[in-house]
Amino acid sequence: MKFNQDIIAKSEKTSLQKFLSEQSFWVTISLAIICFVMYFVEDAFSSKDNIYNIARNFSFIGIMAISMTLVIITAGIDLSVGSIMGLTGIICGLFLDAQYLPQWYAQSAFYESNYVWVGIVAALLAGIILGAVNGYLIAYLNLSPFVVTLGMMAIARSLAIVISNNKMFYEFGPKDEIFFEIGGGQFLGLANVTWLLIFLTILMGLVLKYTAYGRHVYAVGSNKKAAELAGINVRWIEMSVYILSGFFAAIAAVMIVSWMGSVTNGLGYTYELRVIAATVIGGANLMGGVGGTYGAFIGAALMETIRNSLLMAGIDPNWQGTFLGIFIIAAVWLEKVKNKKS
Amino acid sequence: MAILSLHNIAKNFGAIQAIVDVSFNIDEAEIVGLMGDNGAGKSTLLKIIAGNFYPSAGVIKFENQEVHFKKPIESREAGIEVVYQDLALCNHLTAASNVFLGREIQKGIWPFKYLDYPSMFKKSAELFEELKSETRPKDLVMQMSGGQRQAVAIARTRLTNPKLVLMDEPTAAISVRQVAEVLDLIKRLKDNGISILLISHRMPDIFQVCDKLVVLRRGEKVCDKLIKHTSTEEATGLITGAIDRV
Repeated sequence: MKFNQDIIAKSEKTSLQKFLSEQSFWVTISLAIICFVMYFVEDAFSSKDNIYNIARNFSFIGIMAISMTLVIITAGIDLSVGSIMGLTGIICGLFLDAQYLPQWYAQSAFYESNYVWVGIVAALLAGIILGAVNGYLIAYLNLSPFVVTLGMMAIARSLAIVISNNKMFYEFGPKDEIFFEIGGGQFLGLANVTWLLIFLTILMGLVLKYTAYGRHVYAVGSNKKAAELAGINVRWIEMSVYILSGFFAAIAAVMIVSWMGSVTNGLGYTYELRVIAATVIGGANLMGGVGGTYGAFIGAALMETIRNSLLMAGIDPNWQGTFLGIFIIAAVWLEKVKNKKS
Repeated sequence: MAILSLHNIAKNFGAIQAIVDVSFNIDEAEIVGLMGDNGAGKSTLLKIIAGNFYPSAGVIKFENQEVHFKKPIESREAGIEVVYQDLALCNHLTAASNVFLGREIQKGIWPFKYLDYPSMFKKSAELFEELKSETRPKDLVMQMSGGQRQAVAIARTRLTNPKLVLMDEPTAAISVRQVAEVLDLIKRLKDNGISILLISHRMPDIFQVCDKLVVLRRGEKVCDKLIKHTSTEEATGLITGAIDRV
């Protein structure tokens, strides 16, 4: 038995080495350095309001980056998150704005008392359904994730425009303050959405590490054939991560609509890029098998902090796309260099 | 007593006859070597027994019961484990996670079930010890040598108490020292009363560990002999076709 204990304790790398080889660790260090520099360079950066703003702004991206991490761990990609966010946001707004609903419903007692929750549930359900369509086509019909979600990106955006009829929804009925409180409220100095991001990061982190489902997500991305031979329901695992991706996009949509107090069909436009960038910067590998929710969190935080810093430094906002692109490419390149070394 | 018996198994893919009328038995705690040239039908036959393919004709009896495996999971539940040619391991997971992949030890009640890592590390360390392998449960499979990967793949089969283990080329693409390790692992399985069907191209391996030799040529069985009654020359002749059949 003693022999056993020794063997169990041994590992190729010490915990410290493992820690140092994590990309998310180095991203955390860079974030700390940027914050440190900005603290001295720009007084406004470290103001309570600005920190609050940065944290809130990256939370919407961060929530979607968590589910994107799961998708990327299975060696997939979801390009449709931005459009799903737009469509579910429009659906949420539609159910809240009485003037676009049928009269019998808008004037019923049920509407009066429940419409806020109906709007939220409708948006979340729509996200789940859109994700399930993606997942079904990818997992059960073996279509390429890139093509399927590219198609969904166009479809969801177009449906958002059709449903909204190019109008902005902003009149959210008699109980709008309940709705605004959800995304606009704060607790202990952080926006509600930031708390939600923290909660989901921890929850999904635990799911990935400590449940059979989580291990199976990694197994599918690492070696799909082996996972199948081990008796894992590979198709369901693949479909489930896209459902989760649609669901989280809808959560982000509800939060952002309730914070902004209005929604147009342009909501979430090009967000898929920022979400994927956050995920990849956080250390998820597009080849599958590697990634974590903390990486998604810190990746989103780094991007927003840099964006904020550039704005404060007075750099034209039109440059942001250039920086975003450079970050995506640099993150993938770093991953490659790291793999070569080990 | 025969643990597995194949009766007139045939398999065709369209017009191609992959397996033609093959019958043989595997006895308890017996190692049967299955040889043949590329395309002779060895892997197809293994996949039929494992339930990946369904035979076009013939009967499979396992423990004297007629069986019809339609999925690999069904043969595993009956007590047949498979070590696949490419080992079918997940590089990004630890040795312990690979051993328990698809059969994780869990604690708690649904939906709050979580993995019992201490038990899985302990059990897999025991399995590696039993196989006399220096594989460490917490190491990633990515960093392992061929012999260690082999130990992980074989440890997988020891989770349940299988009656029969099917091995497809377990000694391909590993070093000489590691081959010796793997052959030891195979003998250890036999010592535990497990029957083994071993597919290999390597003549010395077969003659070192097997009790019986079955040779396939173009889907037909051309030899079914105890190892002690045959020789490497005869086996080579049978595989290439220089000797028609015995």
